[in-house]
Amino acid sequence: MPAITHHIPDPMMAAYASGTLPHAFSLVVATQVSMSSEARVTLQAHEAVGGIVLEDSSSVAVSDGMKSNLLSMLDDSMPEEPVYARNGVYPAPVMEVLKGREPRWKPLGMGVKQDILAEDEFGSVRLLYIPPEQAVPDHGHNGLELTLVLQGSFSDETGRFGVGDVEVADETLEHTPIAGAGEPCICLAATDARLKFNAFMPRLLQPIFRI
Amino acid sequence: MIAVRDHRDKIAFASLFDHFAPRLKGFVMRNGTSAAQAEEIVQDVMLTLWRKAHMFDPHRAQVSAWVYQIVRNRQIDVARKENRPMPEALKEEPEAEPDATQILAVEQETGQLRVALSKLRPEQREVIEKAYLGELTHQEISNQTGLPLGTIKSRIRLGLQRLRHELKDLSE
Repeated sequence: MPAITHHIPDPMMAAYASGTLPHAFSLVVATQVSMSSEARVTLQAHEAVGGIVLEDSSSVAVSDGMKSNLLSMLDDSMPEEPVYARNGVYPAPVMEVLKGREPRWKPLGMGVKQDILAEDEFGSVRLLYIPPEQAVPDHGHNGLELTLVLQGSFSDETGRFGVGDVEVADETLEHTPIAGAGEPCICLAATDARLKFNAFMPRLLQPIFRI
Repeated sequence: MIAVRDHRDKIAFASLFDHFAPRLKGFVMRNGTSAAQAEEIVQDVMLTLWRKAHMFDPHRAQVSAWVYQIVRNRQIDVARKENRPMPEALKEEPEAEPDATQILAVEQETGQLRVALSKLRPEQREVIEKAYLGELTHQEISNQTGLPLGTIKSRIRLGLQRLRHELKDLSE
């Protein structure tokens, strides 16, 4: 199995559609689907299968009165839910996690910045800002890392990733991503484990930066 | 569903209820959820169906696929107390006429997909059901070499492929 792809692999899309993908990765998938009609079509195919499984589920009779009770609720006012719209390079799912605010960049050194959007025991998801032509320290992975490009591009040993491309890196990959020339590279990156940096300093700083 | 969406037709909604509510209850109870809690979930799903009807687009999905996505969201919300991140809604052209050919293509492809799934060996079919009921983790799905994920994708691609170009035009 190749360690790298530019799109969301099928098993991951199926896990997202069925709702078992951890939150950090789900955010990357939802964001990529927002950016790519190819990915949206793939997701719809998986949801169609889910729909068939639902249609073919054996029916269990609902309680008497449930229907009339529900029909009487149709005119109730709807609870207000905030709706987040895309803002610049940030698609709606990212804006939702940001709760509509601008990213709060924290410097990581060498002009690289991050904003940790969410973390739990299953992993973390962050926005990364890399100045043009800047390298991110050589690092390997304990688990799976998904990096989706929102602006600019980056390249590493495995290829070049532009806007909408996602790099799926597993523990076999040690890489040094370098941002492309031109615009700064802004990525949405999710991991299910802490990254391992090879240089001494970044490893020392790891607890501070929570990478 | 279109009558519900465009005319807020409660009689049409009642027949959607008759079709989906018992299936939804069966679907939700398959993972061991109690009948009482399953009914709460069914009620929430049916209310969402009514309230978010404007988001249903027959050019992209059949009602069952849309209901599937809603019920899984509700189940995740109940089980994990978290909202699953959802993709951006596509902007609809307000003046756009429904494209009967596209709607039919989506229906036909879903029908073909159902036939393909019914021809799977029982153990394969079982894995598919477990996966889409949300009983397999990402890792478990990745390890299932017998899971015909490629077939699923290609089966439903042809009609949706046409749509893909239209989506592209809309998003760019």
